[in-house]
Amino acid sequence: MSSEQPKGGANKSTPIPDNATVRAVDALDSRLGIYGAAKKNLRKVFPDHWSFMLGEVALYSFIVLLLTGVFLTLFFKPSMQEVVYDGSYVPLQGIHMSQAYASTLDISFDIRGGLAMRQIHHWAALIFVSSLFVHMFRIFFTGAFRKPREINWLFGFLLLVLAMVNGFTGYSLPDDLLSGTGLRIAEGVVLAIPLVGTYVQFFLFGGEFPGEDIVPRLFTIHVLLIPAIMVGLVTVHLILVFYQKHTQFPGPGKTEKNVVGLPLLPVYAAKAGGFFFIVFGITAALGGMVQINPIWAYGPYNPGQITAGSQPDWYIGFLEGSLRIMPNWEWNIWGHTLSFNVLIPSLIVPGVLFTFLAMYPWIEGWITGDKREHHLLDRPRNMPVRTGLGVAWIVCYGVLWVCGGNDIIATHFHLSINTITWVGRFAFFIAPVLAYLATVRICKGLQRRDRDKVLHGRETGVIKKLPHGEFVEIHEPLEAGVRHTLTAHEQPKPYELEPAEDENGVARKVKRSQKLRSRMSHWYFAEPIEKPTAEEYKELTSGHGHH
Amino acid sequence: MKKLSARRRHPLAAIVVLIFALAATGGLYAAFAPAKKAEADDSASIAVEAGKKLYLSGCSTCHGLDAQGSTDGPSLIGVGAAAVDFQVSTGRMPLQQPGAQAPRKPEVYTPAQIQQLSAYVASLGVGPKIPTANMYAPDGDIVNGAELFRTNCSQCHNFSGEGGALTEGKYAPPLKDVDPKHIYEAMLSGPQNMPSFPDSTMPEQQKKDIVTYVHETTKKEPNPGGLGLGRLGPVSEGLFGWIIALGLLIACAIWIAARTPKARTK
Repeated sequence: MSSEQPKGGANKSTPIPDNATVRAVDALDSRLGIYGAAKKNLRKVFPDHWSFMLGEVALYSFIVLLLTGVFLTLFFKPSMQEVVYDGSYVPLQGIHMSQAYASTLDISFDIRGGLAMRQIHHWAALIFVSSLFVHMFRIFFTGAFRKPREINWLFGFLLLVLAMVNGFTGYSLPDDLLSGTGLRIAEGVVLAIPLVGTYVQFFLFGGEFPGEDIVPRLFTIHVLLIPAIMVGLVTVHLILVFYQKHTQFPGPGKTEKNVVGLPLLPVYAAKAGGFFFIVFGITAALGGMVQINPIWAYGPYNPGQITAGSQPDWYIGFLEGSLRIMPNWEWNIWGHTLSFNVLIPSLIVPGVLFTFLAMYPWIEGWITGDKREHHLLDRPRNMPVRTGLGVAWIVCYGVLWVCGGNDIIATHFHLSINTITWVGRFAFFIAPVLAYLATVRICKGLQRRDRDKVLHGRETGVIKKLPHGEFVEIHEPLEAGVRHTLTAHEQPKPYELEPAEDENGVARKVKRSQKLRSRMSHWYFAEPIEKPTAEEYKELTSGHGHH
Repeated sequence: MKKLSARRRHPLAAIVVLIFALAATGGLYAAFAPAKKAEADDSASIAVEAGKKLYLSGCSTCHGLDAQGSTDGPSLIGVGAAAVDFQVSTGRMPLQQPGAQAPRKPEVYTPAQIQQLSAYVASLGVGPKIPTANMYAPDGDIVNGAELFRTNCSQCHNFSGEGGALTEGKYAPPLKDVDPKHIYEAMLSGPQNMPSFPDSTMPEQQKKDIVTYVHETTKKEPNPGGLGLGRLGPVSEGLFGWIIALGLLIACAIWIAARTPKARTK
């Protein structure tokens, strides 16, 4: 902070007042030692950047989920027992339905504030998972997952997967037509597992679909099992952020050994606290004003019914899309059906996509052979291949995601759903490659621009006419701090194999994995845009200013 | 019998058969043709005549001069007045351009002309009649209508009647602001890609219930939860969540991060 206030020194000379607050804090300190902990932690420094607050959005929407979720459990009845609806929603009066659906209708129409709570819960869920993704990509593109934070990346990844699973279980609880359709697809996915699929399906559903067990089971998973694991993981995730300290972007005064920023108290306590209320406020405003999942309009689940526009919530949408664009391949071997049409899009494709994400810190670490700790972040442009891979992943995911809404796109843009499906099939393979190539090019272009800016300064837009008639644009040299920021990154060399023969002329044994690693490393660091050296800069600036 | 077969090959046999055939044809014509003319109601026949003129100038290019159909349009014999009234009153016919499906658009003909066209097509063969006002008045059983809608309609028209996609650019249109009469006629006649629900498979009362539910749910029912987002389901909700909700939150994050005394950089 710019205005320093004499705190510690001045306060020491003044006598400590003897009042109830001080006595209470003293009493706590003598038992818990809070003074020591507070002294150390309340002044803990965090770096400042808006993208560091994306994880906070996730954390706060998770808290909103827990709070509203508790309210909903007070009134939701997780039972598939059949009842006759007699609540206040007229178009369903007298209809047979499960108790789960009837109690969700009651929450929506007959319990004060129930609909708002349901909607806040649902909006918070959508925001939670989307902020997790955005947070994860911030970590990915800036290289914040590198040593020593690989384990925390994995914890974050687990949180993402658990959030998606828990979102799906929550979506399935009301037992309306939409959620039942989703469960039916989930059942199909389970059945598609080779050999054990049918057994697993019977185990999960306690018999044939839908049975009577699935909603109570999902309820326990949704409100107890997964949230408990998630709360534990969130705690560990945050402890690790605290313990390993937050990463920071390169800049003047920022090194691998320090953290430049502002203290927790008062700055971040105020900022984070305020941001919590902003997240809560926006979520509550959405819950109060924007309708989400109108279960009354879907009607109770009935396996004989279906509605157009049956989609899962957005975070499962990519699975829906991969299922929708998959050709109908099926093998029948010795009386056993192998449903590639479900197995590939619902288990193999997401398995590959998400395993790649989970393993990425180790994949990159192996390729670069970098075993050092990193606390300074990369600017995405300075790691073109990583950035390209990330964008390719997003595009691949995005293609599947878009295909999950192919019917809505078809009706709203007056297109043929078949065309969209075929475009999606090709785009799934082609678009990520194009996106990768384009991203790498753009990154390198940006690096060249940085280089130009450092060496020749900023283009001012001011045109000067020289005495002999030539026009030149005046370039303004960058500040030293900006120059430092633009040149702070490392430019590692690719991993080279040792010479084929050692100093005695004896052929070395080169492992195949080493060869692969060398090749990958050359690909990873190919065609670097050399950042300007101090000598180059001096040479250019010491002379006449311009070339 | 033996006599007949013996004379079968007589030179005059063919002539005798010809005389019998001519007599039968002429007799049948005499029996039916004048009678039909005599029975015809005057005003109805005028409507049929006027309808035929309209038909010949506006419809016959595709449906054929005798409504027998062509490669460009189906036969209209036996489709009934309900089909014509639906197609022409909703502006779907006459077709603007060939495509996957005829879209709804402002109607071209006046109600009187539509009535004449219907009368002409109805005169070509037996088909469903235009329903009367009490058949489609939206005062049926809404609960039953909702259940029937979910069973028979929502798979194409969406749970809230917002419409949905079919194959190759075809679609089930949204049911919002559709006249109850046209909903009823569509069920009766099964226009374009829609299956028909004649009274034999779906009794009149059930159709009335569905009309009631559709009318209530698309017109009267507000969205109890607030802004409806098109009532399209999770796709529009997800889009809204990403763009508006997360966009707003990130804007707030940028705002908060920008409101910071910068760390000293000297």
